[in-house]
Amino acid sequence: MSNDVDLSLLDPILKKYQSQEGALITMLQEIQAVYGYLSEVVLTHLSREVKVPLSQIYGVVTFYAQFYLTPRGRNIIRVCRGTACHVRGGSRILEAVEREVGITEGETTPDLEYSLETVACIGACALAPTMVINEKTYGKLTPKKVMESLSRKDRKEREVE
Amino acid sequence: MSEEKAAVSTSGMRVVIVCQGTGCVSSESPEIREALEKGIEQQGIGDTVQVKLSGCHGYCEQGPIVIIEPEGVFYCRVTREDVPEIIECHLKNKKPVERLFYRDPGTGEAVACYNDIAFYAKQQRVILRNCGHINPEMIDDYLAVGGYEALRKALLGMTPEEVIEEVKRSGLRGRGGAGFSTGVKWEFCHNSPGPDKYMICNGDEGDPGAFMDRSILEADPHSVIEGMIIAAYAIGSGEGYIYVRAEYPLAVKRLRLALKQAEEHGCIGERILGTDFNFWVHIMEGAGAFVCGEETALLASIEGKRGMPRPRPPFPAQSGLWGKPTTINNVKSLATIPVIISRGADWYSSIGTEKSKGTAVFALTGTIANSGLIEVPMGATLHQIIYDIGGGILRGKAFKAVQIGGPSGGCLPESALDLPIDFDSLSGAGAMMGSGGMVVMDETTCMVDTARYFLSFTQNESCGKCTPCRLGTKRMLEILTRITEGKGVEGDIELLVELAEEVKDSSLCGLGQTAPNPVLTTIKYFRDEYEEHIRNHRCPAGVCKALIAYYIDPGECQACMICLRQCPVEAIEGGKNLIHVIDQDKCTKCGTCLSVCPPRFNAVRVISGEPVPSPPSATERKITRARGEGR
Ligand SMILES: Cc1cc2nc3c(=O)[nH]c(=O)nc-3n(C[C@H](O)[C@H](O)[C@H](O)COP(=O)(O)O)c2cc1C
Ligand code: FES
Repeated sequence: MSNDVDLSLLDPILKKYQSQEGALITMLQEIQAVYGYLSEVVLTHLSREVKVPLSQIYGVVTFYAQFYLTPRGRNIIRVCRGTACHVRGGSRILEAVEREVGITEGETTPDLEYSLETVACIGACALAPTMVINEKTYGKLTPKKVMESLSRKDRKEREVE
Repeated sequence: MSEEKAAVSTSGMRVVIVCQGTGCVSSESPEIREALEKGIEQQGIGDTVQVKLSGCHGYCEQGPIVIIEPEGVFYCRVTREDVPEIIECHLKNKKPVERLFYRDPGTGEAVACYNDIAFYAKQQRVILRNCGHINPEMIDDYLAVGGYEALRKALLGMTPEEVIEEVKRSGLRGRGGAGFSTGVKWEFCHNSPGPDKYMICNGDEGDPGAFMDRSILEADPHSVIEGMIIAAYAIGSGEGYIYVRAEYPLAVKRLRLALKQAEEHGCIGERILGTDFNFWVHIMEGAGAFVCGEETALLASIEGKRGMPRPRPPFPAQSGLWGKPTTINNVKSLATIPVIISRGADWYSSIGTEKSKGTAVFALTGTIANSGLIEVPMGATLHQIIYDIGGGILRGKAFKAVQIGGPSGGCLPESALDLPIDFDSLSGAGAMMGSGGMVVMDETTCMVDTARYFLSFTQNESCGKCTPCRLGTKRMLEILTRITEGKGVEGDIELLVELAEEVKDSSLCGLGQTAPNPVLTTIKYFRDEYEEHIRNHRCPAGVCKALIAYYIDPGECQACMICLRQCPVEAIEGGKNLIHVIDQDKCTKCGTCLSVCPPRFNAVRVISGEPVPSPPSATERKITRARGEGR
């Protein structure tokens, strides 16, 4: 798989930040926006081009929660684990989601359909407990509502396919 | 309606303001806005009515919110179906739709204007002055309420020293948590030698359960930018950064737009307002690390490194970004600056308490009736905030604690409700102003679980650089976890306190120094709850899973099948006219049965610290009903 990575997509980003000291994080953000995640091939190439040791880049990538070293699912589920949501039963929502999609926090389904993440407050605390699927926010959740929004039936069908 | 507000509604036009804050957006406000725009066009009243978007009004509980100016009519919980009626009755026939008014939960009375709603009437909005009233995407709206006047006053009429003196005199203390005097901080940086200095706005807002900085950036970005330019002028900086948390894409979008507009207006860039002062601003998006809110970690992050704090001194004011003198201020601190310059230090310092001037913004959440963003003068009591503005506890439950200041703060009990809050009184009580998260907890919140929750957050976010924080929080978390699992032993509480003091005293940065606060305050005020967990394996609030069981009271169960159908793991057995029983081995304790059992039956019990009663026999489980008796 690594062979068919189109490294030329990196060129505009490399060019844009060529001379800028400390642009590493911004570059990584833009690179991730292009490829969806940060693969070894891409990071190795970046390291050579910007003359920053790969170990240092790896250190930065693994420090920040928003960088991913593996591909992510087509649908990103983010369950809020903020305080307001916790107080209103957020941990039960996370459990319900885990049960429904069959993966735990930080994982991606093998068919790359879903990735499950937690986030500290999405700023809709009045609607706690909350989760976000892709761009859409779901509020005032109950385990039952979670099951409806992630219809198990729907998933079963996909598994059969 | 004040002169200012009228100015916003451009020359006698009616303005329909639809909130596009995060809360309202998630309950369909974009669709409502679209329907309004379409409907107004169809009715041909577009030349007298204008639809505008605004940022968060703060009263997210009541969203989606639609406000009609200049009357100030406040419609809440609006749906798309309500739009035709608003257009027909209010906009065309000038008869407000009473059905959509806010209803005072106490009196049941319908309240037409937001100024009369208790939630707003009891607040004093200085930092949030424009939030919800102006369109954050239009600089003209900001200019109409006096925007960039303060910048003009500072640049054209004051020396940097005079600006610093004014801010010092105002008594403004940083709203990022520590409460350091903003004027003194600026003076420090101003006096540091060197031609290149940096001005940074800290919009990292990491507190999990607080969203005030986000709301301000989304609802009133120009105020923050204006404050930042004035600060840059005062310290002598030509370049600045706004560091925004990764999860805030809308804030980033509005900031970019606002920066572009400010530049077009000659407020940013070269020769600002015709003077020889130049200032450029960059936006840096965070990449998801709580510790980056700490100023030295934030600097490392802007430099493209891992966001690890370093010891101070040297302070950023001496050696900050790229080793140059740097000032870092919070979003709220900066948003306050324009008002201080415009209205003067004396006006500002007349608000608040002796040592904490001005107002405080809180994200009021948890099990409270009115969740939302609120602002009160320093010195207001918790009681005023929670009951007068917040409307009390949800569903008539009993108040237990209020958590202030997020992972760095503490949990205060009922006895603290009359405490006038400011920076010093909160630290005195073991909590902290922190970022301004205020989470209200009722009798169904377990304080040991709460302490564990916050510590698991800080432990997870600890950058790992210093040992006390990296390992100390880990050991503390292990102890707390075993207590919540019923495996606590005598001496655990004392051990926690000892470790907590150690971690507080010896950690490198504020993260570790404050991480034990939630633990220490819950032990201080709710020690009996810890003891119940340890000695009697009982969770009084019915939260800690290992210590509770759900049980259906056979005397109350009406065999309605609701819980049976909704149980996600099919752990409930029963049938029509057959009293339901929970299979304790299958039960995952998700609490669904408790939440779905109709209140008129109220048959599900949470049992803790005692054995689950054995289920009734087969014959006892049969319900025989007289004919005609409903289920
Ligand atoms: C762990 C940690 C997290 C912090 N997070 C924030 C934050 O999200 N926003 C903020 O403005 N300050 C935060 N601070 C405080 C900053 O270090 C700094 O004091 C503040 O930005 C200064 O601005 P002020 O003087 O206007 O308050 C944090 C501090 C620590 C120790
Ligand atoms: S705590 Fe979940 S949205 Fe704020």
